[in-house]
Amino acid sequence: MGRYIIRRLLWTVLVVVLVTLLTFVIFFVMPKGDPALRFAGKSPTPELIQEVKESLGLDKSVPEQYGLFLERLVTGDEYGWPGLGKSFQTKQAVKPELVQRAQVTITLIIGGALLWLAIGIPVGVISALRRGSALDRISMGTALFFVSAPVFWLGLLSLYVFWKKLGWLPGTGYVSFGSDPGAWFSHMILPWMVLALLFAAIYARVVRGNMIDVMTEDYIRTARAKGLSERRIVLKHELRTGITPVITLLAIDLGVLVGGTIVTETVFNLQGLGNWLLVAAQNNDLPVTLAVTVLVAIAVSLFSLIADILYAILDPRVRYQ
Amino acid sequence: MSDVLLEVRDLRVHFPTADGVVKAVDGVSFTVERGHTLGVVGESGSGKSITFLTVMGLINRKSAIVSGEVLFEGRNLLEATNDELRHIRGDRIGMIFQDPMTSMHPMYRVGDQIAEAILAHRSVSKGDARARAVEALRLVGIPAPEQRARQYPHEFSGGMRQRAMIAMALVLDPDLLIADEPTTALDVTVQAQILEVIDELKQRLNIGVALISHSLATVADVSQDVMVMYAGRPIEQGTRDQVFTAPLHPYALGLLSSVPRVDRRVERLVPIEGSPPSLIHVPSGCAFHPRCPYRFAPCDTERPDLRDRGGGHADACHLSVDQKAANRRERLDMQEPVA
Repeated sequence: MGRYIIRRLLWTVLVVVLVTLLTFVIFFVMPKGDPALRFAGKSPTPELIQEVKESLGLDKSVPEQYGLFLERLVTGDEYGWPGLGKSFQTKQAVKPELVQRAQVTITLIIGGALLWLAIGIPVGVISALRRGSALDRISMGTALFFVSAPVFWLGLLSLYVFWKKLGWLPGTGYVSFGSDPGAWFSHMILPWMVLALLFAAIYARVVRGNMIDVMTEDYIRTARAKGLSERRIVLKHELRTGITPVITLLAIDLGVLVGGTIVTETVFNLQGLGNWLLVAAQNNDLPVTLAVTVLVAIAVSLFSLIADILYAILDPRVRYQ
Repeated sequence: MSDVLLEVRDLRVHFPTADGVVKAVDGVSFTVERGHTLGVVGESGSGKSITFLTVMGLINRKSAIVSGEVLFEGRNLLEATNDELRHIRGDRIGMIFQDPMTSMHPMYRVGDQIAEAILAHRSVSKGDARARAVEALRLVGIPAPEQRARQYPHEFSGGMRQRAMIAMALVLDPDLLIADEPTTALDVTVQAQILEVIDELKQRLNIGVALISHSLATVADVSQDVMVMYAGRPIEQGTRDQVFTAPLHPYALGLLSSVPRVDRRVERLVPIEGSPPSLIHVPSGCAFHPRCPYRFAPCDTERPDLRDRGGGHADACHLSVDQKAANRRERLDMQEPVA
């Protein structure tokens, strides 16, 4: 098991190298204009552009730049470790902002995930147990609605209702937990809900499908033939196999969302990683793009490693190899 | 000694569907005695499994129309509540299934799954239940039961898993064991071992066994009584010797003559033509008549009743006993037993 984890971590390093290399290639193969031009002011002289290029490190060849990037990532730079450089756009160090924005996004994702698990799993299980009932049809209809509803629409609608009309919530933006826990919560509850409803709907449908499959398994008939109570059959035998696959689903979703909650962050004006990445990509801000890319690659790899380990613990048929 | 454990009277299990009523079981009566094995033989869809799932209360009562009587130790299980049935299942009646690969929960240890059956019916400690589970594994001939109890089902071979299923079904000393095609999914060499384990435990524990199989050969060695089913009905019933040495019904005869025998010179195997009938549109008259080589005038209009032809050997066929004996001589090329 230890060897398995080490091997997977080495894989993660390889993934980071490959993903950043790809980002580099895309950045230089499909340029949206020379980034140096942006910083050289109006009608710049070739000398000025050259000067800017040098200050940004863009005067070197692409392989050289990539090598330098990897070297700084591993050994650190003037802003500390890991060396992520400074933004082309703001000239500020990337690392402190990355840390700060990561907190916002992780708060959003973790809170949302807890909510969608708390909603999605019970709804899926109950729908499966009461298959065909009015309750099942209503929950699955609602789930279909939230799967189809665009997040920006849902977000704006909820803001309109709970902020503008009812005045229950204080509006958008992020307040850190340390400064005011109450405000932190009231600012996060809507983004959590909006993010969670989409995923709760997906999870409810997946769990319902899994549970219905499990119910027809031979070993459930065996459990009944042993004379177990229905309650025990559901809680111990059906749930165990019915919701174990959710772990894999959750790991993939959490990893992807680290850089992927763009719409939710934008609608609720949360300064997280998603819209940072979007703005950086639009403005040819290579260091920021790379920093978020590295973080997402690590997050996706680590979450899937954790999922695989958990899965192997829960399902004895799965072995590390 | 006649000690009737299970008596089923005129059991009918019908499933209404959009295409019509599926008459899965349509008038089945039999008894299982203590210390005896009843072999129940029939093709897929003959109603043999549904009959015993109904006995166990394991069919969905909402989707089925059930009539008749299932008397277990004098009580009609068809009138029992779900809770009463739950207390009988696993405790008084044990059941094992066709595919031991899928019949155990893949994520729990074998010993724990057996202990769970004990804990469902007895107020004992978990430790005691585990100890009894190990004893049960030892009883069915699993080597190193202490270690085996801590393993998961996927670490067992098919035969060992079926032994573990038997241990699970018998751990609470039930009176009756229902074995639903227990050897069908196993290697031929293992099949005989499993049948031997069941037979030996039947004698040692003095229980009744219902052994369901699609093959007459499987039940031949270990059964005392045999019931052959076709399209939801018994078409021949009798003792093992009666049915095997002097099969009456053309279907039973067909089953016997389609099995290769090493102890008898047979010119060629005779298959039963055609395929099992639809249970929604059961053929009129005798359900077997479209496939029967001996059909004559009344077969497609009048349904033959199951009638005792002497000594408790019954069949449901319009042919005369003499005609059946002649068919038998022709098909099995065998010496008639002296009556």
